[in-house]
Amino acid sequence: MEDQYRPMESTSTPEVGDDIAPVGPIVVEGSKSLAEMDPLRIARVGEGNTLLQVRGLKKHFPIYGGLLKRQIGETFSLVGESGCGKTTLGRSVLRLIEPTAGTITFAGRDITGISHDELRPLRRKMQIIFQDPFGSLNPRMPVSDIIGEGLFAQGMKDRKARDKKVEDSLELVGLRREYTRRYPHEFSGGQRQRIGIARALALGPDIVVCDEPVSALDVSIQSQVLNLLLDLRRDLNLTYIFISHNLSVVQYFSDRVGVMYLGRIAELGSVAQLYKDPRHPYTVALLSAIPDPNPRRRKKRLVLKGDVPSPAAPPSGCRFHTRCWLREKLGNPERCSTEEPQLRDLGGGHQTACHFAEQISADSVASVVETQSVLETAVADSE
Amino acid sequence: MTEIITAPTALGPPPPDDVLLEVRDLRTYFHVLDGTVPAVDGVSYTLKRGKSLGIVGESGSGKSVSALTMMRLLDIPPAEIRSGEIWFDGKEILSLPMDRMRALRGNDMAMIFQEPLTSLNPVFTIGDQIAEQVERHKKVSRKAAWDRAIESLQLVGIPSPERRVKQYPHEMSGGMRQRVMIAMALSCEPKLLIADEPTTALDVTIQAQILELLKTIQDRTDSALLLITHDLGVVAEMVDDVIVMYAGQVVEQGTVDEVLVNPRAPYTMGLLESIPTVEKRGGRLSAIKGTVPNPFNMPPACRFEPRCPYAWDVCHEKTPELYPAGRSGQLARCHLHTAIGASRLAAAIEDHERKMNVGEGIV
Repeated sequence: MEDQYRPMESTSTPEVGDDIAPVGPIVVEGSKSLAEMDPLRIARVGEGNTLLQVRGLKKHFPIYGGLLKRQIGETFSLVGESGCGKTTLGRSVLRLIEPTAGTITFAGRDITGISHDELRPLRRKMQIIFQDPFGSLNPRMPVSDIIGEGLFAQGMKDRKARDKKVEDSLELVGLRREYTRRYPHEFSGGQRQRIGIARALALGPDIVVCDEPVSALDVSIQSQVLNLLLDLRRDLNLTYIFISHNLSVVQYFSDRVGVMYLGRIAELGSVAQLYKDPRHPYTVALLSAIPDPNPRRRKKRLVLKGDVPSPAAPPSGCRFHTRCWLREKLGNPERCSTEEPQLRDLGGGHQTACHFAEQISADSVASVVETQSVLETAVADSE
Repeated sequence: MTEIITAPTALGPPPPDDVLLEVRDLRTYFHVLDGTVPAVDGVSYTLKRGKSLGIVGESGSGKSVSALTMMRLLDIPPAEIRSGEIWFDGKEILSLPMDRMRALRGNDMAMIFQEPLTSLNPVFTIGDQIAEQVERHKKVSRKAAWDRAIESLQLVGIPSPERRVKQYPHEMSGGMRQRVMIAMALSCEPKLLIADEPTTALDVTIQAQILELLKTIQDRTDSALLLITHDLGVVAEMVDDVIVMYAGQVVEQGTVDEVLVNPRAPYTMGLLESIPTVEKRGGRLSAIKGTVPNPFNMPPACRFEPRCPYAWDVCHEKTPELYPAGRSGQLARCHLHTAIGASRLAAAIEDHERKMNVGEGIV
């Protein structure tokens, strides 16, 4: 699906069609107000403090109805299970994957249709950290080249200046300056991930897409990297798009969260809104599924039935309806399987794509948990 | 698989009857080009019949190697079982001839692996694969074995098992395959079920299904469960007792309620401190400094000493053993729990409690 590149139709307004949700604007609060930010940055960013805006983005089957506004100094997380499209969305934002439709606006400029030559100077402002610290570093390059390559491509041709910058970046992520001559195999997993971060930061980006940056790391190393990312965000005033399947990490790390299911945003809100008052039955189930390391908080969990359907042939109506506990509890209303729910505002920027979000309560969840049978969770699927 | 040649000179006495599995001072070393890796270095534990035990640790801690040693699934060389006894169901199994070991494996002890796709044979139907095992171990007819396969699939909640037995692994989803693995493990009604990271490869909602399923099955059958995982959350929900491994050694053991709520080994404390939780939101995670030691060059005394926030000179000189710690029979490999460290213990615990509540939660 992803290798099927197609020229973009660039549109300035979100395309509203059968498969794209016509939704209102989603306000994403910045963690810093305009007044707190330096004037240069505001000038560079343009109107308001919206750094990145994604509207009606569509990549073949994964379809992102909605409009995300990303603001400076904020961490916005995308969570969901494999195949939900979170990585595709994250990479489309950087145009590492060419979206099929929709628009991406960066710092006030529509970058969806621009050529690669035009894109290159913007790329230094938008960087990415990959999940796999082993696969994402070229084993035949020394650190100086791994980090320096981007600098070279961005026009820093002087070797001395480049090496200095590489050393500075290493220091920034807590590695020794003299590591520049070493090769990836000489480092541990955590150190390699730091090199990946140094590479992303060397160019002085405004926005960094972190694609599962700690998933491959052991828990004691994971916390070192999370701390580093938090420090860098504060010191360099970075904006993160944090892609993860780990809801505990997301809860700790982000300001706002988008929960994705089969290529759609199911729910969107601040961490407090989502974790304390989830308003989509899928979010409720995801939160219930987190294994809690405190045995004193052991709880009965709400177990979803079946597997995630194929994103190539998503269910009709609400994409979640085949696994939805709320639909079942409400006696399988027809609307769920016929009408695709659009993201709607519940107040305070909390948005959900569920027709019956108001029916979700602690009591309704508890009654479902009481009656569920774990042996019935595997459903006959159409594979 | 290479035959394991071990000649334990004199075996100790067998464990009491209610003990299903007892591992005594197990040492599994690997001889590789760069030297010798003490992957499992003096591990002992006990699992009673019908109970559950979790082994947690990070990569390279030796948790999987200890299970593979027990199943006798390691190639020798490069592995070497330098010492130890493993008593299973009243027999010492490291000294068993391989054919008798084969009769045990899959029958009395069964293992669920992390990656169901690579553990199932792609060219046979799942019914063939389950029935083969039943036929072999239970000496029953093909028909009876096939019926047993259907029954096992039913037990793990697979709908229309009569149709499913005729399917190939590629026709199933990841969660369904893991259910098949569990069905296969259960087909011979094992006394011990070893699950090595059974949900690590699965998505979170499927993980929830499989964990709940394992719990239900453990309640319904008399199997004991040995669960190997890096996820403290999974351990907290699934098992009665837990051992924490670090650099080939057990550093703490006890009930999950004790170990995960009142950890007494600095490594366990550090692990719990570094997990992002609601309480820590807004605060800084307390990370364990440094990395795991180089296995060719272990620290001289306590293996955690170079990373330990509470270490003092004794930790560099004197090798700690497992000492009683806490209230209910918990053991911790740390000098804090001896006379020489007693004066430092309270401060260490206080520091740990503070690090567990660094944030302000969700506001």
